[in-house]
Amino acid sequence: MIESFQETLVAAGENATPLSITGGGSKAFYGRRPEGREFCVRDYRGVIDYSPTELVITARAGTPLAEIEAVLAAENQMLAFEPPHFGASTTLGGTIACGLSGPRRPFAGAARDFVLGIRCLNGKGEQLRFGGQVMKNVAGYDVSRTLTGSLGTLALLLEISLKVLPRPETEVTLCRQTTAAEAIVLMNRWAGKPLPLSATCFHDGQLALRLSGTRRGVQAAAEQIGGDRMDPAETFWEDLREHRHAFFTDDKPVWRLSVPPATAPLVLEGETFIDWGGAQRWITTMLPTAAVRAAATAAGGHACRFRSNDREAVFQPLPAGLLALHQRLKHSFDPAGILNPGRMYAEL
Amino acid sequence: MSSATFTLLLRSHLPEQCVLSHPEDLRPYECDALSAYRNTPLAVVIPETQQQVKTTLQLCSENRVPVVARGAGTGLSGGALPVTDGVLLSMARFNRILEIDTGNRTARVQPGVTNLSISKAAEPYGLYYAPDPSSQIACSIGGNVAENAGGIHCLKYGLTVNNIQHLEVLTVEGEQLTIGSAALDSPGYDLLALMTGSEGLLGVITEVTVKLLPIPATAQVVLAAFDSVEAAGTGVTATIASGIIPAGLELLDNPAIRAVEKFVNAGYPVDAAAILLCEIDGTADEVSAQIEQVSRVFRDAGAIDLQVSRNEAERQRFWAGRKAAFPAMGRLSPDYYCMDGTIPRKHLATVLAEIGRLSSEYDLPICNVFHAGDGNLHPLILYDANQPGELERTEELGGKILEICVAVGGTITGEHGVGMEKINQMCVQFNAAELTQFHAIKQAFDKQQLLNPGKAIPTLHRCAEFGAMHVHEGKLPHPELERF
Ligand SMILES: Cc1cc2nc3c(=O)[nH]c(=O)nc-3n(C[C@H](O)[C@H](O)[C@H](O)COP(=O)(O)OP(=O)(O)OC[C@H]3O[C@@H](n4cnc5c(N)ncnc54)[C@H](O)[C@@H]3O)c2cc1C
Repeated sequence: MIESFQETLVAAGENATPLSITGGGSKAFYGRRPEGREFCVRDYRGVIDYSPTELVITARAGTPLAEIEAVLAAENQMLAFEPPHFGASTTLGGTIACGLSGPRRPFAGAARDFVLGIRCLNGKGEQLRFGGQVMKNVAGYDVSRTLTGSLGTLALLLEISLKVLPRPETEVTLCRQTTAAEAIVLMNRWAGKPLPLSATCFHDGQLALRLSGTRRGVQAAAEQIGGDRMDPAETFWEDLREHRHAFFTDDKPVWRLSVPPATAPLVLEGETFIDWGGAQRWITTMLPTAAVRAAATAAGGHACRFRSNDREAVFQPLPAGLLALHQRLKHSFDPAGILNPGRMYAEL
Repeated sequence: MSSATFTLLLRSHLPEQCVLSHPEDLRPYECDALSAYRNTPLAVVIPETQQQVKTTLQLCSENRVPVVARGAGTGLSGGALPVTDGVLLSMARFNRILEIDTGNRTARVQPGVTNLSISKAAEPYGLYYAPDPSSQIACSIGGNVAENAGGIHCLKYGLTVNNIQHLEVLTVEGEQLTIGSAALDSPGYDLLALMTGSEGLLGVITEVTVKLLPIPATAQVVLAAFDSVEAAGTGVTATIASGIIPAGLELLDNPAIRAVEKFVNAGYPVDAAAILLCEIDGTADEVSAQIEQVSRVFRDAGAIDLQVSRNEAERQRFWAGRKAAFPAMGRLSPDYYCMDGTIPRKHLATVLAEIGRLSSEYDLPICNVFHAGDGNLHPLILYDANQPGELERTEELGGKILEICVAVGGTITGEHGVGMEKINQMCVQFNAAELTQFHAIKQAFDKQQLLNPGKAIPTLHRCAEFGAMHVHEGKLPHPELERF
């Protein structure tokens, strides 16, 4: 199958026909509108290697994310970045290409933190392997992490090795009523204390906090923090991760603002859902792009038009110098510009 | 332009104290901690301001003069080795902590700040910077970023790449780039990852924002002795399999234990074939629960002796031996050579056995002290550079060890970088297309190839020669591996 992928890429390069790489199609809504001929790679699937004691799983990019999670769960392990699926068809490749992470992210790390190695095809159809299946590897530039979140604009991902972690022995969710401002203060104060936190969020007057770890440790921390237990809580965090929570079903555009976690509540017309201990603010609003971006920039962060009908200016524009560097990097992987052109930025 | 003219040009743009060019002033900069490799640079520039760094880079790029950045010079792979016709750019005077943001739990620092001083500055707020290379009192954060440095606690808390948020970088043309931000992610490609571990080949780091973590409430260490290295290896995998990620999990083999005990009275059992040091940190309840669990796992794996630190002083004593391992080697032997391959943990026992075999074959003693939890080996080859041919034999033995690491699915360097030292082994780990892609990335940042030339990524030409050299000797290692 790799050979046929290579042929497709080489032919696309020769005819200068852009390709739109698709896996399960679950994140077709994300990023700028795909241009080019659809090139579906989901059939390249299957777990290649998984040894629980190595804490590493290697799988083909077309493998359904659900399959990977099931394989890990059978060994009491997990993907600690809690990737959102956004649908049943999600593949591992799409997950890594989008680089999205769920509620555990501020405490466990993002998708990129768990990527150990990648086998891929660059725009010339050359098969390349970077990183590996070991925890530490500084030989050569860290291309595998650079490809994570690059929305398929640099290379076609074939195989991915991820670091996995043991599932916590137990999890407890606590909640309390408070204001957004107070919630941000509390979330950051707790994050600065040695507590087994694994998620904190705030919406509609309710601060929710998840503790993960050993039974004894979680119990002691829960007593220290106080608040009401949410039971069961699993669906609450899953609904947040999957954007099934009522907040996200609004018709208005959904913005994602990534800001320093302790940033005070942003004064923006619209509704807000605060996740990642304050570092990720979901906002549904009809405000013009410039207003939302300005608020994010003023706070030292950036804004992404995450879900909306306007697919033109999705990601925060890059300063000229960085954009030029992005263009040169894109060219170094994909000189003919056939891999998902325009999916991230019009210029890439 | 001649060297002398270029030095004059530097002097005409920079304050007197920022430019060194007299031979005796250049000597301290001839090498990093891999002192077998030495070069005298054309001049050393020690800028004090961002503008001076920029001026230096602009002068170099306009005149096509190579530039090698240097932090504290503790690198073990020759990364900061000067090039003879180039400038050595020392970032040593960029040694200020600019801001500790307790609310967002970050520290914004200049690149020349030492690793440990960040944690010292954050301590009053109950915070610290997690990656802790053994060289942390001396090495700079800029050098840590350039090498993606690791340490004992990286098993649980990650490497440098997992613990930084933002960099200010100057390109070789002197253009300033802001990479990352005070938020947890940034738009565009993950250039933070690309810069981390790039060994000074892509840009000069002028500012770093690191993440700070809460200081764990408590920590305890289990010291477990085993009568075979295999059993200790089982102890490592069984710990992970039991669902625990220790804060640190280190292995010392018998030669290392003996060497260490001679100099530090850490209380290590000198008859053990290997010991494991396993640190658990967290809240008091987390720690007591996991210490019990780990102790059980080690006993099941065949530990012949178990000690759990009862207080902070004892914990420090257990670690004192591990920390003194390198200096101890320095006293055992005139010279030692530290390797840095990483392997999948399941191959620990076989690879250590193979290293033992090579040690006898080359008649050079090897001690093993390493990050077992990560599978990051540090075989220390003891030798005497004054004995003719011994350095060459040592390097050849080191190369063999790295090739074994690659053959079992590992890598030639886990944390020390490729630098000058492992440049030939890069040809074993990567094929021509991959190396070409690396060069293309370099080109995107530094089209004149002026930043740290000749390091980290070998030219295809060099690899062809390296491959040919081995064939010529009739000892091609691992013929199953692709090469050209
Ligand atoms: C006794 C001892 C123990 C060690 N233990 C460990 C360990 O446990 N873990 C570990 O990972 N390493 C360890 N090391 C290796 C070394 O300390 C690390 O690689 C460290 O990160 C190097 O930092 P430095 O400031 O000394 O950098 P240098 O040696 O000065 O430079 C290293 C590389 O970084 C580049 N560089 C430096 N500053 C900049 C900058 N501002 N911008 C761009 N590039 C720059 C240089 O060009 C060079 O390529 C050890 C070394 C010694 C001597």
